[in-house]
Amino acid sequence: MSVIIILLVVSILIAGSFLIAFLWSVKDGQFDDHFSSSQRMLFDDKKSLNKKN
Amino acid sequence: MGINVKVGCYHCGQDCGLNTLVLGEKNFCCKGCLSVYQILNENDLCTYYDLNHTPGLRQDEAARSDKYLFLDSPEISAQIIQFQNGNRTHVSFYIPQIHCSSCLWLLEKLNTLIKGVLSTRVNFATKEVLVIFDPLQCSLRQLVETLDAIGYAPHLSLHELSHQKLPSVNKSLIYKLGVAGFAFANIMMMSIAQYFGKGAGMESSIFKALTYISLVVSLPVVFYSASEFYNSAFQSLKKKYINIDLPISIAILITFLRSLVEIYLQQGSGYLDSMAGIVFFMLIGRWAQSKTSTIIHFDRDFNSFFPIALNVIKSDTQVATPISKVKKNDIFQIYNNEFIPLDAMLSKGEAMIDYSFVSGESLPVKVKIGEIIYAGGRQTGEKIELVAIKEFSQNYITNLWNHSVFNRKKSEGKDTYDTIANYFTATVLVIGVIAGFYWYSQSEMHKMWNSITTVLIVACPCALLLSKQFTYGNVLRLFNNLKLYLRSSDVIYDLSKINSIVLDKTGTITEKQFTVKYHGATLTQDVKINLVSLFSQSSHPYSRAIIEFLSIRNSKSILNFKEIVGSGIEAWIDDQYYKLGSPSFVGHQFDQKFLKGSIVCVIIDQESIGHFQLETAIREFFPELVHKLKSSFKLHILSGDHSKSAEKIQLLFGENVPVLLEQKPEDKLKYIKQLQEEKDQNVAMIGDGLNDAAALMQSEVGIALVEGNNSFTPKCDAVLEAGSLQYLPYFIKMSGTAKKIIVAVFAFAVIYNIVGLYFAVIGELEPVIAAILMPLSSLTIIFLTYVLSNIMSSHYLKSYPSKSI
Repeated sequence: MSVIIILLVVSILIAGSFLIAFLWSVKDGQFDDHFSSSQRMLFDDKKSLNKKN
Repeated sequence: MGINVKVGCYHCGQDCGLNTLVLGEKNFCCKGCLSVYQILNENDLCTYYDLNHTPGLRQDEAARSDKYLFLDSPEISAQIIQFQNGNRTHVSFYIPQIHCSSCLWLLEKLNTLIKGVLSTRVNFATKEVLVIFDPLQCSLRQLVETLDAIGYAPHLSLHELSHQKLPSVNKSLIYKLGVAGFAFANIMMMSIAQYFGKGAGMESSIFKALTYISLVVSLPVVFYSASEFYNSAFQSLKKKYINIDLPISIAILITFLRSLVEIYLQQGSGYLDSMAGIVFFMLIGRWAQSKTSTIIHFDRDFNSFFPIALNVIKSDTQVATPISKVKKNDIFQIYNNEFIPLDAMLSKGEAMIDYSFVSGESLPVKVKIGEIIYAGGRQTGEKIELVAIKEFSQNYITNLWNHSVFNRKKSEGKDTYDTIANYFTATVLVIGVIAGFYWYSQSEMHKMWNSITTVLIVACPCALLLSKQFTYGNVLRLFNNLKLYLRSSDVIYDLSKINSIVLDKTGTITEKQFTVKYHGATLTQDVKINLVSLFSQSSHPYSRAIIEFLSIRNSKSILNFKEIVGSGIEAWIDDQYYKLGSPSFVGHQFDQKFLKGSIVCVIIDQESIGHFQLETAIREFFPELVHKLKSSFKLHILSGDHSKSAEKIQLLFGENVPVLLEQKPEDKLKYIKQLQEEKDQNVAMIGDGLNDAAALMQSEVGIALVEGNNSFTPKCDAVLEAGSLQYLPYFIKMSGTAKKIIVAVFAFAVIYNIVGLYFAVIGELEPVIAAILMPLSSLTIIFLTYVLSNIMSSHYLKSYPSKSI
């Protein structure tokens, strides 16, 4: 049955890595500005749009 | 004339009128917009226009060339630059014009526009832009000038300099919350296994292992997450009063110690799950309560409104000088629409000073050469030259601001709930002690310790705190939806106690813009153009309102233009003699019944054509609002104006409402003080300008009105969008209801506590019961506050015209 202890420790470590990821993203400012990031990824550098001018 | 087809400007979308500028197939309303397009087109940045339809803001004219001269001075630029290292300079600007994804795109493409810009990063929420540039390739002045040229002039002021970074959201609270949530979930997982495993024959070695793992996971909660409560409790003890965090800190620590003892004595697994749960839920509550808007600045003072530097003329050259360094007798220049930051004497040019900012009077005052202009006035019209007569630190408006009112701290956060909580804690302690004594007299030492600690654990005042935090958090959210932004959740409590409301007139009761009506013979397109040409020579607000009304942007050359300030204008145009102005000026008799508002007559070649009627309209929802407010609050009107519209206001509010005119900022302050001290009223002040700033601070709740999101507000407790003023009775009523909800929910939570207390006192609180009771009561509280406040809110809002948000 001691295998369950190993499983438990592993699961907590995985959960802990998610916690660290969360703290990191908060520190990095990922939740400060919801608008910019979602828009930024939609911008693309196509030059062709200007051809119609 | 041709068919008048409305053409929208390609840049800003406004109607171009007859003055359309055409480039390619695109129309522009003004030179400013056209020049922005040209800059973007040359640099291949027209994606700006593809992302959003007409993303720009109207430009009118380009900035004058020496506007940013002061940025060349190393002394000033050093204050703006955040960080400099060799060829990398970091600078952060506040740009209020940022409003859409096009703005974002363009600003982050700044490097294609200016050589030397290494990167730009926009923070949309705070409207800030961080620019990293190479100072060898481009100067700070060039950078700001380019931003201005494309329509994104940064807001540079003394205030923004002195507080570079506003502490936005308290991030440490989120870290603590994250850690507590992680610990709570994991401990709960193991505790559930223990509760159900115990009866089902779980191996004791596994049981022990689970307990120790729980203990390890709980450590960061006790020593890190809960420090939020210890700190606040410690601070309050230092100031010699007890706040709600003290009993909570005690409860957390006792729960932890008791669990340690239990684990050490191998009696069970303790109450670590409950402890992590309490900390987690209470941190959520605290976070919800602290979620006030980050975009709105509540602490602006007059410095935000003044320029950083003046162009002082020294031996025929202009020298940019920081305001604080401008000496007495220095000569400086002020341009159209700029503020005069210090008391000065007019030495050159024609000054029309708009003091609305200081006094609330909306009509500009004509100042002759040699006369004094006071700080806070705004020049409308041509460039003027002034001689400083006082230094910046000594002027009237700075003095007003240094008034003690602005140093007063409002509501220390100690309110009735803290008092209730203290009684509650005391009662719980007494119960614990009595139970302890009982078991002591029965010589059951084990049960004695058991009952004392469990009583404390179960009955900590968390329920009260949670109900307060979640109710306030939800009310803040509801208010935000209706565009009322509070400085902090404490304002809700202050708002609920209001019994007097003081309103400013200009900009609060009335709209800021004039409504213009025309009566008389139909104006032909030619006459319209002539009128616009004439009115555009005058900087009087009536002239501007009429130009706006005629919506034509064309002008012709005029002969013999003459403006008699305060009366009207006369000139020759197209071989016709035009005379425009007040009835007395044009020598026209009027039927008295037409004389509503202000009249501007139009006389062409001695013949009366018609007249414009201008009124500052009272906001349309006001009659209804007055009706609602009058029954429960004492109303007072204070106005800086001395206009004739007082009668109209008196009529609107009825006879019992005092309407005071010609109120200076100090008068308003005194009036509110008087209400508070002599009549023992709790006052809410509603105003807009800097002239109301002192009164806003003195009142229990100072509400600043804004129109559009670019407005600047003085220091205040709440910022309200002007159109949402109609919801004022709702806001006050809801604040009062919030108090009742807290009490009701708290009473409900006490039922849980009594059940828990019963088991605790008889010394048989099983960990299972504690573990179920604690999170269940927390969740019930959260659920109840949310549901109750939403139901009450939508119930109150039924009597208002529905508004889609």
